[in-house]
Amino acid sequence: MSDYRIQGDTGEWEVVIGLEVHAQVTSNAKLFSGSATAFGAEPNTQVSLVDAAMPGMLPVPNRECIRQAVRTGMAIDAQINRWSRFDRKNYFYADLPQGYQISQLYHPLVGEGHLDVSPDDKNPEAVKRIGIERIHVEQDAGKLMHDQHPTRSYVDLNRSGVALMEIVSRPDMRSPAEAGAYLTKLRSILRYVGSCDGNMDQGSMRADVNVSVRKPGEPLGTRTETKNVNSVRFVMQAIEHEAKRQVALLEEGGTIVQETRLFNPDTGQTRSMRSKEDAHDYRYFPDPDLLPLELDEAFVAECRASLPELPDAKRQRYEAAGVSAYQAGVLTAEVESARWFDALLAAGAPGAQAANWVSSELFGALNRLGKGIEESPVSPSAAAELLALVADGTLSGSLAKQVFEVMLETGEAPAAIVEARGLKQTSDTGAIDVVIADVIAKNPNQLAQYRGGKEALFGFFVGQTMKAMGGKANPGVVNERLKAMLAG
Amino acid sequence: MTDLTDLGIAAIRDGVRAGDFSAREVATAFNARVAGAKTLNAFLVETPEHALAAADEADRARAAGEAPKPLAGVPIGMKDLFCTNGVATTAASEILAGFVPPYESTVSQNLWDAGAGMLGKLNMDQFAMGSSNETSAFGNVISPWRRKDGGNAPLAPGGSSGGSSAAVAARLCPGATGTDTGGSIRQPAAFTGISGIKPTYGRCSRWGTIAFASSLDQAGPMARDVRDCAIMLEAMAGFDAKDATSLQLDVPRWEARLSSDLKGKRVGIPKEYRVDGMPAEIETLWQQGVDWLRDAGAEIVEVSLPHTRYALPAYYIIAPAEASSNLARYDGVRYGLRDLPEGAGLQDMYAATRADGFGAEVKRRIMIGTYVLSAGFYDAYYTQAQKVRTLIARDFEQAWERCDVLLTPTAPSAAFALGEKSADPIAMYLNDVFTVPSSLAGLPAMSVPGGLDGAGLPLGLQIIGKPLDEQGVLNAGLAIEERAGFAARPEGWW
Repeated sequence: MSDYRIQGDTGEWEVVIGLEVHAQVTSNAKLFSGSATAFGAEPNTQVSLVDAAMPGMLPVPNRECIRQAVRTGMAIDAQINRWSRFDRKNYFYADLPQGYQISQLYHPLVGEGHLDVSPDDKNPEAVKRIGIERIHVEQDAGKLMHDQHPTRSYVDLNRSGVALMEIVSRPDMRSPAEAGAYLTKLRSILRYVGSCDGNMDQGSMRADVNVSVRKPGEPLGTRTETKNVNSVRFVMQAIEHEAKRQVALLEEGGTIVQETRLFNPDTGQTRSMRSKEDAHDYRYFPDPDLLPLELDEAFVAECRASLPELPDAKRQRYEAAGVSAYQAGVLTAEVESARWFDALLAAGAPGAQAANWVSSELFGALNRLGKGIEESPVSPSAAAELLALVADGTLSGSLAKQVFEVMLETGEAPAAIVEARGLKQTSDTGAIDVVIADVIAKNPNQLAQYRGGKEALFGFFVGQTMKAMGGKANPGVVNERLKAMLAG
Repeated sequence: MTDLTDLGIAAIRDGVRAGDFSAREVATAFNARVAGAKTLNAFLVETPEHALAAADEADRARAAGEAPKPLAGVPIGMKDLFCTNGVATTAASEILAGFVPPYESTVSQNLWDAGAGMLGKLNMDQFAMGSSNETSAFGNVISPWRRKDGGNAPLAPGGSSGGSSAAVAARLCPGATGTDTGGSIRQPAAFTGISGIKPTYGRCSRWGTIAFASSLDQAGPMARDVRDCAIMLEAMAGFDAKDATSLQLDVPRWEARLSSDLKGKRVGIPKEYRVDGMPAEIETLWQQGVDWLRDAGAEIVEVSLPHTRYALPAYYIIAPAEASSNLARYDGVRYGLRDLPEGAGLQDMYAATRADGFGAEVKRRIMIGTYVLSAGFYDAYYTQAQKVRTLIARDFEQAWERCDVLLTPTAPSAAFALGEKSADPIAMYLNDVFTVPSSLAGLPAMSVPGGLDGAGLPLGLQIIGKPLDEQGVLNAGLAIEERAGFAARPEGWW
């Protein structure tokens, strides 16, 4: 459905993209040891005997990590494999104390699933389904530090053994925008589920980007894999650069080498890291220290019961409550805004009015203040009170803006502000009629023109009346009385 | 007074409890015996202070009238595969030279908790790879046994738990820990005229025991008789949450339920264990064992374990495959040996460290294991071997429909001379032919001494049991022990 094409000298090229996303599981302890997992700790302070691969140490699976991966699988409608197994991926590196990574090659925990994404902001109804082949859990490696000593490298094992989910998509994406939308949606779901914090700048979520190009309708081309790209924007840049590079190379008569590449965020380009010929033989085999992982009914049921409402379901619910499709998309994109909006609905605010207010007033104010919605100085219940005052006619829209400003500054309740500052709107027709009569009396020329057929001047009379009443008149009543009195 | 070092575990335990002698007297006697047996090279590290401290605690507890611990006053030897807190642990390899664990293996901790003391760390085949103790980086153990031919050729104590077998046979300790991956408790026990049991896989925690082949490694006791094995195994076994393959079961009271009355029991004789070239003396002993068990009330049935001949090749694929991965952690980065040649990079450091640190047999098995797991060979070797393993296990399951335990010889020969087989790895591997199948199936199996061959060397009989039926194995072992009346012991020539 994507019409994204690279224009080459020989015609149009289609881009084929698959993503392998590594997401660090939110858990207090590592995948196979009890060590802590906090980001940014002093080097080698979160390392157990198991993580350092001391002689005789054994891995024991952490139930919470498995649970989070299963819940994630459920959130993408995937098959949950009741029987899975851990395999060892063998290679030597200084950041890998065991000399192997415990992963799941042959029998992953989570099988086939999918994600529906909307790559086009202007057309949120246009949905594309991206297949997900599998999710498996595996250990992260440690980190080498090359900047500590002129001739030596140091190793920090804090990350060694931290649980990762590897979420492998099908090669179903056809444009940088689709890949961006997929990654954004996946991140959103992980954060809804609470299985990964999605902090790409801290490396807790990163993507390996597989890209190939072909003439539309032809078989798949040879792919390259660009490793460890750590933002949505970089992923889109890497795809664009890599696709163009491949097209240029093919059109020059060259061939694509299956290889691993690195993305340079400073230049937006990719460069070769190692080719398939240099690839390791990882000698995968089942980890004999671990029994197969078997999930019982109660465990699976608990995982399912603990799943929160997910973005798509929320969006449908919001739309059913009268929220526009666009606003529903915006409100559900981040779990924090959805939570806030849900609290607002729960406090009694009507859907459409609440969505409009959040989208314009609240987001605008938070933008000005440079705060996230979770830090909003106004609580959902206070906002619901404010909206209720508008709905029952106590406040006009412009009065509500004034009250909201005061709420942001002082944190006071809206009713108290209205009371203390006399901001209440009036619907008293007697009082309004007196003011209107005065306005008409003071503007005979405009009255004559209006009565002569220049109906656009109605707005002028509304403005004059509201001004004379300090903005506190009920606009509905003013409109109604003005119409009657101007008619004579 | 009798020489305290002539006593076994039960006798020491009971004597200390009764106040016939103090635990300190026992520890002192064994410490002296260990110190006087350096020729045998059974111990890599001697820890007399550890044995004395445990003894003093046992004496103090008794004087205070506290309930005695199961092994109070009993000093033992600890195979050097078990990590011991603050005591050098090397698995008899240079690559762990200088390694002193800051932690205690679960099995050794269980023994200390039961009141035992440690006489020292016992020599072994390097990383438990070997059947003769000749692969130790710190010199081979010499068996206390000698042939009656007057030649005094130094004999192999068996392996890999050869320090354990030699030390128990030479009365340097009343009992010792062993580990068994393909026969490393049973074959050395048979070679030295002692008893040893490998329990069901998962009975003893593997935590803190240096890994050879994870799916096969099991700790077990080696001692002078069946009762002593039962006492020691009770202390060693038990569920451990730190080992994912540990069995979550209570430890049976094996000693209390020992019985050599085998009425109603059926003993299977697997016909496939009659291998070509087996010495007549072993054949004869096997038949003798059959007669003893019949005499104990058992019914004898012939059974078939048709895939037996594939067990050894499958074992020598699976065990090296796991070992090649398990031993990857010895890379010179964090502990043990580091060989960093001038100007060397990371890969050079790995190569130099591992070339220097590992012995020839360890390297051979790492190479075999790496090969069988390599792309293009994996299915032909590793996958195939796993299928064989399944078939071997099924053979046993079918046999259990017809019998309760199996009786076989432990090893195809008596102890051989040091150097006799070290040049021929295949001949060495063939030593495991009778012990490997039950290892692949994870079954409990033990060796008990049956008699002496014409050269005056001990021969062992093996009893293999159903999963978790250590009791059946021990009881059949006891029935043989009572009838064999094995009282031979090596002369103290060292």
